[in-house]
Amino acid sequence: MATTTIGFTAIAVLLTGYLVLESRDFGIGALLPVLGRGDRERRLMADAAGPVWDGNEFWLVAAAAAMLTAFPHWYASFLSGFYPLLFPLLAALVARTAALARRRGGDGRRARAWDWCTAAASAAAAFLWGAVLANLVRGVPLDADFERTGSAWGLLNGYALLGGLTTLLLCCSCGAAFLHLTTGGGTAERARALARRLGAAAALPALAFLLWTQLSYGDGATLTLTIIAAAALLAAPALDRADRARAALAARAAAIGLASAVLFCALWPDLLPSTGDAANSLTRENAAATGKTLGITAWAALAALPLLLAHQAWTYRVLRSRPRAA
Amino acid sequence: MRDWGDMDVLDLARIQFGVTTVYYFLFVPVTIGLALLVAILQTLWRATAKTAYLRATRFWGRLLLVGTAIGVVTEIVQEFQFGMNWSAYSRFVGDVFGVPLAFEALIAFFVEAVFLGLWIFGWGRLKPALHLACIWIVALATTAGAYFMLAANAFMQNPVGYQVNATAGRAELTDLGAVLTNPVLLATFPHTVFAAWLTAGTLVIAVSGYHFQRRRDLDVHRPALRLGVLTAVVAGIGLVLSGDPLGKVMTATQPMKTAAAQALDQTAYNAPFSLLAVGPLDIEVPGLLSYLGTGSFDGRVEGVDDLNAQYNALYGPGDYAPNLPLTYWSFRLMIGFGMLAVAMAVAVWWCTRRGRLPRHRLFWPAVMWTAAAPFLANTAGWLFTEAGRQPWVVFGLMRTSDGVSPRVGTATVAVSLIGFTLVYTVLAVVALKLFLRFAKAGPPGEEDALASGDAGKPAAFAY
Repeated sequence: MATTTIGFTAIAVLLTGYLVLESRDFGIGALLPVLGRGDRERRLMADAAGPVWDGNEFWLVAAAAAMLTAFPHWYASFLSGFYPLLFPLLAALVARTAALARRRGGDGRRARAWDWCTAAASAAAAFLWGAVLANLVRGVPLDADFERTGSAWGLLNGYALLGGLTTLLLCCSCGAAFLHLTTGGGTAERARALARRLGAAAALPALAFLLWTQLSYGDGATLTLTIIAAAALLAAPALDRADRARAALAARAAAIGLASAVLFCALWPDLLPSTGDAANSLTRENAAATGKTLGITAWAALAALPLLLAHQAWTYRVLRSRPRAA
Repeated sequence: MRDWGDMDVLDLARIQFGVTTVYYFLFVPVTIGLALLVAILQTLWRATAKTAYLRATRFWGRLLLVGTAIGVVTEIVQEFQFGMNWSAYSRFVGDVFGVPLAFEALIAFFVEAVFLGLWIFGWGRLKPALHLACIWIVALATTAGAYFMLAANAFMQNPVGYQVNATAGRAELTDLGAVLTNPVLLATFPHTVFAAWLTAGTLVIAVSGYHFQRRRDLDVHRPALRLGVLTAVVAGIGLVLSGDPLGKVMTATQPMKTAAAQALDQTAYNAPFSLLAVGPLDIEVPGLLSYLGTGSFDGRVEGVDDLNAQYNALYGPGDYAPNLPLTYWSFRLMIGFGMLAVAMAVAVWWCTRRGRLPRHRLFWPAVMWTAAAPFLANTAGWLFTEAGRQPWVVFGLMRTSDGVSPRVGTATVAVSLIGFTLVYTVLAVVALKLFLRFAKAGPPGEEDALASGDAGKPAAFAY
């Protein structure tokens, strides 16, 4: 397999892993003041997002570093060109960290006010990731130096907004389903009711977004993935009704992972299409680092990824077995 | 100095890089240093079976987690910023500069995250020896991470292991071994690690001092205080010893930076080291700069003006001098604050020797406030080393002004600069309050410390 393929796959896996893991945390954060009545419940909810949320961010750091090394032009064009979306996204991630840390700093009226900051920042991050990934697939106008041209408003197109809405609702749905499983008492009951509604509500924009992606940017490979993703989206509300909470959560996580896989498959072999002059599109060839650097990165990624997956599985198994504080 | 209204994208992007990097580097040395100290405390517990060491391990372990959990988000901003504000730079050096960064993320940071997770959840679950190994691996991984990060930075100071491909318009990796054994890296790494130890040691002294003042849990805090003092003193000696080769490598690779450290205009033999220059007052140590730069008191140290003339001939017309007041003062502040922290550690050792308890009511508050000194020294050190590199982003290869993103507008960078400064300020306040809250709460009791990580305690397993 070509090293460009390995490099791209590694980056796609890292970003997909990040989205699958963080979707739950974004969802919990967004629902913190909605579902949690009083400090005790909210503390439990924040703890449910708990100790893995900082570990999850590792996936993003690794993805960014791999992107810079394997495809310097992709990294440069994507990050500088998507600045108007990425700055609020990063600011939301920082604000979210601050607000969640404040939740651990003690209870009270002010702590509850901070929970709204957690919610706003989590919801913003969830929405913006969808908009960012949609724009990546859709492309932006690029000049001969691969720099984005034209107005920043172009990033707020219908496809990107639908993508943002999709990730926002999927994250909330995932967070609610997770809280139903891991908290107890009133929180769990409210989470269950909300998860049922969100599972159905998220399916609608998500299916529309997948259909749009397939029709405009898809091919045979994405079609298969799209069908499986659609099945997972529809399975979630059905499993909710059957009271199979664990499977319903798994279906949600799978839907997010598969939707992300659809996007990366639709993108390949381009890395960032130019919506203006197609000759300026970034592809796996013109964006790549030298074979030497690509090879080093590919080997480092191939060594790290299986270990990373094993570790993540282990962490979740341990977490699952921890005593539930009712 | 120009008006703030005249700021262009380059100025704003540089300020933003300074703000976010300095902020990022508040957390890094704490993680590197504290991970080591927690590992030592846990080893002492295993070796002696004294519960005081266990309680100290749990106490400092929790403070370490506050630092890592909050610090990780600043690394994301750091990783994104090269692409957002410095796209031309990223395109030019990504093939070389990215490799150590990828190693840092995929190897060091990864191992750190994995084993820190194992350590947090492993209390009472893993075999004691295995659990102890986890925290030692964390300590090693954070240190290795610093090595890779500094390898990337060393490439900017002294590019090696590359060749410029004119067709592709970029620097391409030819020799990974050279990048990872850059002489600047080999000199900077020990200096940075000692600085991290000094930071953590001073922090341990300050927090223990808080509890000493209140005479609380002295059985736990006295050994921690001694360990903090020992670490700070060892680090202080290490900083001097490692600063010496660093100065010589700097003179060899970036003579302009050595001249700028001293604001030395004219080339001089037996160049003095100016301790302080305010108005007419100028305190100098004769020959010291020559010694620091060359190893001989009569050594030749080139001045800013002569170097500027050389560089004009070499790289074309322009001003190749960095901001001299900034480099002059940051260099002195780095040394001054570092020495202050070490001096305080020695004072604490002297005043607490053989079970003594200092009685003066200002003693412990002074100790606590000194915790700021190593952070200020670290900040000043980075300001010096990065400002002293200017006007280059990669020395001799690319000017900082050519590295900035060509299509990102002034307003965009201005808004993000203000935005990042605001959220980082909020994060700093929250993080500090949380740290102080846990620091003031003191170590867990014996029963809690012996309990496995999270049994029945939902909040305890996170931090």
